[in-house]
Amino acid sequence: MDLRFDDEQERFRQEARAWLEAHAPSPLAGHPPPLPSLDTREGFEAHRSWEGAMHQARWSVVSWPAPYGGRGVGLFEWLVFEEEYYRVRAPTRVGQNGIFLLAPTLFEFGTDEQKDRYLLPMASGEEIWCQGWSEPDAGSDLAAIRSRAERRGGDWVLSGQKTWCSRGAFADWLFGLFRTDPEAERHRGLTYFLVPLDSPGVTVRPIAQLDGETGFAEVFFEDVVVPDAQVLGHVHRGWEVAMATTGSERGLSLRSPARYTEAAARLVELWRRSHDRHPRRAERLADAVARAMIDAEAYRLHTYWTATRVLDGGQVGAESSMNKLFWSETDLAIHRTALELLGPEAELLGEDGRPGEWLDGFLFALAGPIYAGTNEIQRNVVAERVLGLPRS
Amino acid sequence: MHFAFDEQQLEFRSQLRSWAEAHCTPADLRAAWESRHGWSPDRWKMLGELGVLGVTVPADHGGLGLGLVDLALLLEEAGRSGLPEPLLENTAVAAPLLSQLPGRFGAEVRDRWLPAVARGEASVGVPVPGLSGLVLAGSDLALVFRGGALYAVETDEPSTGRRRTIDGARRLVEVDAAQLSSANRLCGPEKSTPLRRAAADRGAWAAAAVLVGAADRMITSAADYARQRVQFARPIGSFQAVKHHLAGALLRVEFARPLVYRAAWSLDEADPEAPGHVSMAKAAASDAASLAASTALQVHGAIGYTWEHDLHLWMKRAWSLASAWGDAGWHRARLLGVTDW
Ligand SMILES: Cc1cc2nc3c(=O)[nH]c(=O)nc-3n(C[C@H](O)[C@H](O)[C@H](O)COP(=O)(O)OP(=O)(O)OC[C@H]3O[C@@H](n4cnc5c(N)ncnc54)[C@H](O)[C@@H]3O)c2cc1C
Repeated sequence: MDLRFDDEQERFRQEARAWLEAHAPSPLAGHPPPLPSLDTREGFEAHRSWEGAMHQARWSVVSWPAPYGGRGVGLFEWLVFEEEYYRVRAPTRVGQNGIFLLAPTLFEFGTDEQKDRYLLPMASGEEIWCQGWSEPDAGSDLAAIRSRAERRGGDWVLSGQKTWCSRGAFADWLFGLFRTDPEAERHRGLTYFLVPLDSPGVTVRPIAQLDGETGFAEVFFEDVVVPDAQVLGHVHRGWEVAMATTGSERGLSLRSPARYTEAAARLVELWRRSHDRHPRRAERLADAVARAMIDAEAYRLHTYWTATRVLDGGQVGAESSMNKLFWSETDLAIHRTALELLGPEAELLGEDGRPGEWLDGFLFALAGPIYAGTNEIQRNVVAERVLGLPRS
Repeated sequence: MHFAFDEQQLEFRSQLRSWAEAHCTPADLRAAWESRHGWSPDRWKMLGELGVLGVTVPADHGGLGLGLVDLALLLEEAGRSGLPEPLLENTAVAAPLLSQLPGRFGAEVRDRWLPAVARGEASVGVPVPGLSGLVLAGSDLALVFRGGALYAVETDEPSTGRRRTIDGARRLVEVDAAQLSSANRLCGPEKSTPLRRAAADRGAWAAAAVLVGAADRMITSAADYARQRVQFARPIGSFQAVKHHLAGALLRVEFARPLVYRAAWSLDEADPEAPGHVSMAKAAASDAASLAASTALQVHGAIGYTWEHDLHLWMKRAWSLASAWGDAGWHRARLLGVTDW
């Protein structure tokens, strides 16, 4: 056991820190100002430019091989980069669905042509991806998907509807599952497609989220023609490919621990400040503050533990469901506690009519137990696959 | 960065596990509860032969001279098997404390007792913080902090009274104040305070390691039971309420574990942040074990509420150790600098 980063990793950290401190838009002093909201056209484009700036300096996708814009570094370096990224409170990654979810799947299942075609523009933010799993009648029961793809000539023709596609309102491409064999058992007849959202027959309808902003979208497909080259993995075997993507979503890649340790550190700061102004409130909430802090740290260490196992040749299996439960609950605990520390001020919106950082973070944290497979579903998975309990 | 145990550490754990499966069965635990001290000197001897008691004893005193990282999985295993012997007190607290005793008298005490502990021929008692003057029954030597000074009290039965705890294997005896004198005084406040604090941190860490093991055992047993027990013509483990209870408890244990391992590393490295790391570990492990206990009980139903069923042997260990060495709330308060040892 050795819990120190080595010299090379420390140098990598310093290099990342120096670049981020000089370039990252951030609410912190000495940085370029934060970007406008991601869920507006203008804000979306500003976030896209930031992805481009990171790509030019080769910080967008540090763990990818150099030909695709990365630095070819390992898992721990990626975690270090994330720590630095959150430390300076740099912008939300508008490209995250592509970079953190689709890319690992492309590396595993994609052909060389597909990797060459999609990875670079993904890294640079030129092409932003959204996820198309959910449908009006396929939520937790994802295998109930009804959107179809039919063979016509040498191509596929897509029809149906996807919904709740995060960042779908302004994204360029969608990845998702479509039913290619309606006769097969539900999990068998699905295929994983990559679809440009400007294709003829695609209609995108923005949906306002809890905070009133267009964070996701419905996407309608009417006879959308897609060539074979845009099938990821084998035809009819999309379920297995999709499970790799959702495994990434719950497992290591989507929610790096830095996000929570940074928020927990801010929570402790908030607690210390309220100690002077509202000592009784602070005293009452000390226990909750410490709990949130411990959970964030537990998630960080657990991630290091898992990363070590992966580097030693192990796999992340059903434990990814435990990760998802833990980060989503931790995120909620951090933000709930912060709002309690704010007391009567918690309900106030900012001068600009938008929620402040804690309220905004709370609204977002509330989605955690829902997306990436609800927490009820994850508890079922943990009970059945980790504890070996019989299926219902 | 490599957050994992090595082959030897894993192998040592397997050895202890196989040994415990043969020598520390629930029937053995019940027998221990009925015995004089709540634990067995014979089994203590065997643990000495296995090398378990010498892990933290320096090599020049007959031990292996290893650290708490090497001890972590063994303590977890002790929790899993319900081992009634005072393993955590001797290996994590007493042995390192003996190794650091100052002065000539300190050296004498060390030379005499460390090898005896390593061989399983003696047990050294240490006071649990907050229960001043009480040490585990069956201790041959008690290291006692009183009035800021540290004393080594050597006696067959250093007691004026016995206090039972909810855990039948944890009997406490009070060290008679009349036995403390200048003759067995090791050091004054200046030297004893840092020793007392370090001892308390190691005790809290070790209790956390045992708690994680006990919690794991309770969840595994409850899952086994839920697969077998049939109601409404199906195993109760197929009911979602039961699944969610168990998954929730397992989650807390799985995420307490790395906190415990990290605290071991920090203590071994004398990291200045180690006390905070210990508090995180103990708070998380105490809560995880308490939740595992109540969850396991609920999943078992009435049978779990009996003396006859084995579950209570682990629940009681969990309750005892969750409150000993600083409970979860105390450690959270310490983390924010509100309190300290
Ligand atoms: C902010 C946000 C972003 C999202 N982004 C995307 C995206 O980019 N792409 C995408 O495809 N989808 C996205 N989703 C959708 C998300 O994947 C679904 O909301 C989720 O899978 C649950 O489906 P549902 O909303 O239809 O709820 P339902 O499946 O209808 O569930 C409703 C409730 O019933 C419970 N329930 C259902 N089945 C069971 C069961 N078997 N056992 C116990 N309880 C059960 C659920 O846990 C939940 O509490 C997003 C959702 C949110 C909130």
